[in-house]
Amino acid sequence: MKVEQNTERRIEIGGWDVNLRTYQIGDTFHCKADNVSPGAVIARSSGATREEAEEKAIAKATERLASTRRHAI
Amino acid sequence: MAEYAHPESLVSTDWVAGHHADPNVCIVEVDVDTNAYHEGHVPGAYGWNWNTQLSDTVRRDILTRRHFEQLMSETGISNGTTVVLYGDSNNWFAAWALWQMKMYGHADVRIMNGGRKKWLAEGREVSTEVPAAGSTEYNASGPDNSLRAFLDQVMAAYEGRSHQMVDVRSPAEFTGEILAPPGLPETCQRGGHIPRARNIPWGKACNDDGIFKSADELSALYGNEGVDGSKPVIAYCRIGERSSHTWFVLKYLLGYERVSNYDGSWTEWGNLVGVPVERGSAPAET
Repeated sequence: MKVEQNTERRIEIGGWDVNLRTYQIGDTFHCKADNVSPGAVIARSSGATREEAEEKAIAKATERLASTRRHAI
Repeated sequence: MAEYAHPESLVSTDWVAGHHADPNVCIVEVDVDTNAYHEGHVPGAYGWNWNTQLSDTVRRDILTRRHFEQLMSETGISNGTTVVLYGDSNNWFAAWALWQMKMYGHADVRIMNGGRKKWLAEGREVSTEVPAAGSTEYNASGPDNSLRAFLDQVMAAYEGRSHQMVDVRSPAEFTGEILAPPGLPETCQRGGHIPRARNIPWGKACNDDGIFKSADELSALYGNEGVDGSKPVIAYCRIGERSSHTWFVLKYLLGYERVSNYDGSWTEWGNLVGVPVERGSAPAET
């Protein structure tokens, strides 16, 4: 198998920059969301279509990012 | 243009494509878990889970020597095997595995430059087949704790101003604005950084495609912040994996001889009672 339709785009979720990378392996699309700075993976998901995989990853990332608090410095 | 100090510590994706079936070479994908590995990986590659296979799962520590030897054996690695590590997030967790393999004396361990990201971006072949478990004989040495910094050493280094300290977390973690990378659990009671540490985020060592910057660019990146290897260097982050990436860069790409990874990192320092903490982005003293 080869990786196909590999794309990357940046979105914002709850005030945080998030990088979405989506690609197809076989019949399945996979999506990874990372938090850009520092670049940690915060969600992974799979789906039958690009849209499904991305929607799931964004939902998971949204939930996880909601727990991050900004502190006054 | 300067060469890397140890160019043999890196291999290209082309090299891996030509050697992944070589019986003397073992390819291993390393990540925080093996979810990405199971999507598809370099054909013939094993997968290591940082959470469960590369740390002691009871106490906070690296693997014991016995467990390390067991992992090598199950992965089909002998003492003479050329091991190539790669992973997601620009080899973030692969660097942790390399650091541990160096501590236990493995002679030939390398990083696939660009990691999983580059392999996928190049549209190369991937497989979902998991290789059969090995049963090789493996004898580790060490651990070589000169590659690792413990709390008392970091405290002495801080008090004695004897080391160059590099905090490789994001600027928001460094200043104390956030206590963990966005979306990840907070693991400390206090935000900020060790006073006088320089903030050079780990990811700055790589280009957008995931490969390491040139030796000249890396030398400027760290040298401009006063981290030039003239003193011993301690790298730290939140739990020690990002800093193992910087440790690799400083030791093997730039050739600094005295570099250690403080894997206790901010999760340890930021939970201690009574230790000095600096917040904000005030320039560190030199």
